[in-house]
Amino acid sequence: MAPHPRRRPTRRARALAIGATLALTAGLLAACGGSSGKPTLTWYINPDPSAPSGFKGAFGQAGIAARCSTKDYTVKVQQLPGDATQQRIQLARRLAAKDSGIDLMSLDPVFTGEFANAGFLAPIPDQLAEQLKSTTLSGAVDGATWNGKLVVAPLWANTQLLWYRKSFAQKAGLDMTKPVTWDQIIKAASDNGGTVGVQANKYEGYVVWINALIEGAGGSIIQDASKGSDAKVTIDSNAGRDAATVIKELADSHAAEGDLSVSNEGTVLGPFATSKGAFIVNWTFIYSNYKDDKATLADLGWTRYPETVAGTPSKPPLGGINIGINKNSSHVDDATAAAQCITSADNQVTYAVETGNMPASKAAYDSADLKKAYPSDLLQAFSSSIDAAGPRPVTPYWSDISSAIQSTWHSPKSVGSSTPQKSADFITDVLKGRKLL
Amino acid sequence: MTETAVAPRTTTPARASDRSIAENRLGLRLVAPAVVLMVLVTAYPMIQALYLSLFKYRLTVPDDKSFTGLGNYVTVLSDSLFWKDMLNTVLIMIITVAIELVIGFAFAMVMHRIVFARGLMRTSILIPYGIITVVSAFAWQFTFSLNNGFVNSWFHWLPWIGPDTNWFGDHWHAMFAIMASEIWKTTPFMSLLLLAGLSQVSEDMLEAAKVDGATWTQRLVKVILPNMRAAIMVAVLFRALDAFRIFDNIFIMTKGAQNTESSSFLTYRQVIEQFQLGMGSALSVLLFLSVLLIAYILVKLFRVDLAQARQEA
Repeated sequence: MAPHPRRRPTRRARALAIGATLALTAGLLAACGGSSGKPTLTWYINPDPSAPSGFKGAFGQAGIAARCSTKDYTVKVQQLPGDATQQRIQLARRLAAKDSGIDLMSLDPVFTGEFANAGFLAPIPDQLAEQLKSTTLSGAVDGATWNGKLVVAPLWANTQLLWYRKSFAQKAGLDMTKPVTWDQIIKAASDNGGTVGVQANKYEGYVVWINALIEGAGGSIIQDASKGSDAKVTIDSNAGRDAATVIKELADSHAAEGDLSVSNEGTVLGPFATSKGAFIVNWTFIYSNYKDDKATLADLGWTRYPETVAGTPSKPPLGGINIGINKNSSHVDDATAAAQCITSADNQVTYAVETGNMPASKAAYDSADLKKAYPSDLLQAFSSSIDAAGPRPVTPYWSDISSAIQSTWHSPKSVGSSTPQKSADFITDVLKGRKLL
Repeated sequence: MTETAVAPRTTTPARASDRSIAENRLGLRLVAPAVVLMVLVTAYPMIQALYLSLFKYRLTVPDDKSFTGLGNYVTVLSDSLFWKDMLNTVLIMIITVAIELVIGFAFAMVMHRIVFARGLMRTSILIPYGIITVVSAFAWQFTFSLNNGFVNSWFHWLPWIGPDTNWFGDHWHAMFAIMASEIWKTTPFMSLLLLAGLSQVSEDMLEAAKVDGATWTQRLVKVILPNMRAAIMVAVLFRALDAFRIFDNIFIMTKGAQNTESSSFLTYRQVIEQFQLGMGSALSVLLFLSVLLIAYILVKLFRVDLAQARQEA
């Protein structure tokens, strides 16, 4: 059989192919365009808790985005990964590549220094910065400041309180109306068969505790953070040794929970609700967490974070989310206006009522809606704790410093009087590029 | 039988006709664009990495970029973490490849000799290889998990496994879990490559050996294995290089905790997590050199050339 002669495409088929190609190309070009008309601002958010069943409309940050869309622009949210490390990686890599697809972003305070120093963030206009500084709790302002300038707008602030079982404190004879020290609660718990729940797994939460202990003793992990890798490492100090003493005291005591070396914010919840539960230091979500457990809620007490050294006021941990504006966004002015709307007191209140994430704005704490959702002395405790907070140092090298502390201070049982000095040496070596992390 | 029987190489006379020369030229011209493109795509990142490895450079502190020469290499090579991770990597490579070779060979024999349900058997042996590594890593993590896993309840009768053995709680247990996942996932690949080698062994030689009175073991050691040398080399080489770059299983199962970090994972952390482009590039250059070294050692060890393995004698 002779081979088939190759069939030539007919003129019609060819015309059809050209037509189809043109149509596809036009479609692609149209998709690339989109600069005409009302701009869409893309806001990269950390995931919010899921909305309760029966909730109508957009929830959490998506709700804020809907309320902050105007006739000039639409704000649209895009969700980042749940893990803070992955959020930082994704944002930083895209921002370093000058990606204009990000307009606004929800930033953890510990990335603030790194992002601001790298020049990823558009400056906040002086007038807005002054306004935010005067209306925001001072701890939250500290966490949003780099090199003396407010570089991000605080949306909500998190802090840790000392949560305790009222019945247990009574049994131990502790007067919880006065500030208590770590030494007091550890002794009270161990003498009365109770536990003190902390976060001491090898992760950022452990460094939150270590930093709060050091700040509470009047020290700090580093000084002159603005010098970057030349910052002065000051963890090897009396304050550092005071912190090590507290950790060692708890690790060696009966008050430590069995899983101390892998404990986190979640693992301490179970034991606290049992008969052994006495004290935990934890973030603001604790109140909403025990809302449905009426027995525990009735016995739940709260007070300021414990003192490292008796007589020196404690410096509670600070967390939360700040709004940053991408310097390479195509709509910096619109994004700045949107950031102002997003962080308004009204939106902070709605957000707090919806998600339990507490406002960074002072005025928000006077709102009737918030007072309806939370006891007023709890709100008072939150706002004064945020105001007095000792944030983790704002430095471009925070992730290195944090990892270096984790590898020298973990596990809590291994902590001793020489730990601060060892960690100071290691941090210095890491910052100078002499050691791998 | 004292001699190993290796099939004679078929050599073609060196004389080439005008036509074959012309065909060769055409062939070269046809592959040239692909070769140029490949060189561009692979050579550029390699040269870029080599260049970056000479700098102290961090993505988030671009102003701090400074030339350090071989400083990064000195830091890496004098750091105990690098050697600890290298030891882990080599250990994982040697143990997994050795076990895979044995199991893979057994599978290849089964696939080669089986007479009934041949297609079904071959397919089912290959299924693990079709599963995405990340998915299989998650599956194995659940398998070994203290809370959801079934390993402890199934194997608690073994003296070293208890009902509360925490498989990700210490170094050796975690390494075992990682290697189990790796072996399960890639043994089919090994058996596939070995099956190809197995089908090249001439039936005539096996017949002749049988007639000469060789036992099964003798036929395996003296006839089958020597004739499969090239295939075994390719299989071991591919798998060794693959195993040396192990990442997914560690990332999913331990994130490098309990000192289970591999060299690739260390490189990932430096470049991706810490944005240390300089130090990370130095690490990746070292990783590349290690891979070259392993390939060289294996090729020397098996004394075969790759062209022969591809039957291009």
